Amino acid sequence: MVRVDKELDARRILCPLPVIRAQDAIAGMQAGERLRVVATDPGVKNDIPAWCRINGHRVESIIEENDEITITIEVDGLGTAPSSQH
Amino acid sequence: MNKQRKAISLISGGLDSMLATRVILEQGVHVEGINFFTGFCVEGHTHAIRKKDRKKPKRNNALWVAEQLGIKLHIVDVIEEYKEVLLNPKHGYGQNMNPCLDCKGFMVRKAYEWIRQHDFDFIITGEVVGQRPMSQRRDTMPVIQRESGAGDRLLRPLCARLLPETLPEREGWVDRGKLYDFSGRTRKPQMALAEQFGFREYATPAGGCCFLTDKAYSDKLVDMWRHRPSRDYQLDDIMLLKVGRHLRPRPNFKLIIAREEGESKFLEGYRKQYLHMHSRSHPGPLVLIDGDVSENDIELAARIAARFGQGREAKEVALELTDLQGESRTLRVSPLKQEEIAAEWYV
Repeated sequence: MVRVDKELDARRILCPLPVIRAQDAIAGMQAGERLRVVATDPGVKNDIPAWCRINGHRVESIIEENDEITITIEVDGLGTAPSSQH
Repeated sequence: MNKQRKAISLISGGLDSMLATRVILEQGVHVEGINFFTGFCVEGHTHAIRKKDRKKPKRNNALWVAEQLGIKLHIVDVIEEYKEVLLNPKHGYGQNMNPCLDCKGFMVRKAYEWIRQHDFDFIITGEVVGQRPMSQRRDTMPVIQRESGAGDRLLRPLCARLLPETLPEREGWVDRGKLYDFSGRTRKPQMALAEQFGFREYATPAGGCCFLTDKAYSDKLVDMWRHRPSRDYQLDDIMLLKVGRHLRPRPNFKLIIAREEGESKFLEGYRKQYLHMHSRSHPGPLVLIDGDVSENDIELAARIAARFGQGREAKEVALELTDLQGESRTLRVSPLKQEEIAAEWYV
């Protein structure tokens, strides 16, 4: 079982709230730590990975079971977030 | 060496803010996006509820735009603070319950607070002079600058050449000559610029990105306010206005009736907050009762609920009514006839 440093219950709230809650949770975490988010809005399967990609976090896994979606995120797991410089 | 200038861009997920951001990125400015969640944003929500919409591809356009542009996006929950904007808009409402001018001023003010906290230099928006009847007019655009406090740190790259010079232009952080002079409701200049930047795909939300511009939604909101002692609201209240049929047969209560399985499932999440019922003898929707009800009201509610289930033509339908303590009892009623459902009950 992968070590998880923080759990976030985002069930019954709809996007973008699970993304906002994940963003706020990650703001207090260190690079390399893991956040596990449990949600029920299927929108999180797109939105949380998209938010992670643009902010430099890595989605380790997305597991869907009994209408619940569990997403595990490694904080700063993509290294530095993409630069906005063109 | 010149200091790297930084701007925050109000990203709605539509084309204009996408273009405005790209115009400033092209000038070597570091840009990050900010998106405010008021509770009334169209993004995501309803698609997630109805089962028939579940197969449609879902994406949050603000996140998608940020990814296309290669910028970070900060999504900010302003649900609580937004209440004051909606309940007491200094500049009033638009065609429906949309307080567009106050809303824009509020968002720019929040962005201004953000840039001061994060040591950014200016704010950009995708506004275009004359594009919207309330917030994007030549005479109201300075109001947003003034009332937000952002003043000349607010730059509108798509129409900047039609407006007085702002701080980023005066200081040479951006080249005014490379900004635009778009105006009016035509979308042609934006589409041409999108083509130039190679943006082949972009969201074009009809009526904007806010439920408050929608008449049906605004009607439900006004009905809710009219029948409650206070206009204050919780997120759950405004979410429920997006779901199901709403019927108010008597002033003291209304029914929220799921239209399909996805909505029934969503409404199940509110079972502990509302008196609710569902048909036991025939397949039927979950129905929430919002308001204080008498036994007589409950009987009417049950007869209406029965009308919306598959037992609508049956002589008798058995429904299970569950109260806030989770106690259930069975009601046996005859469904109302179609003609007994008054048109004015529909909110």
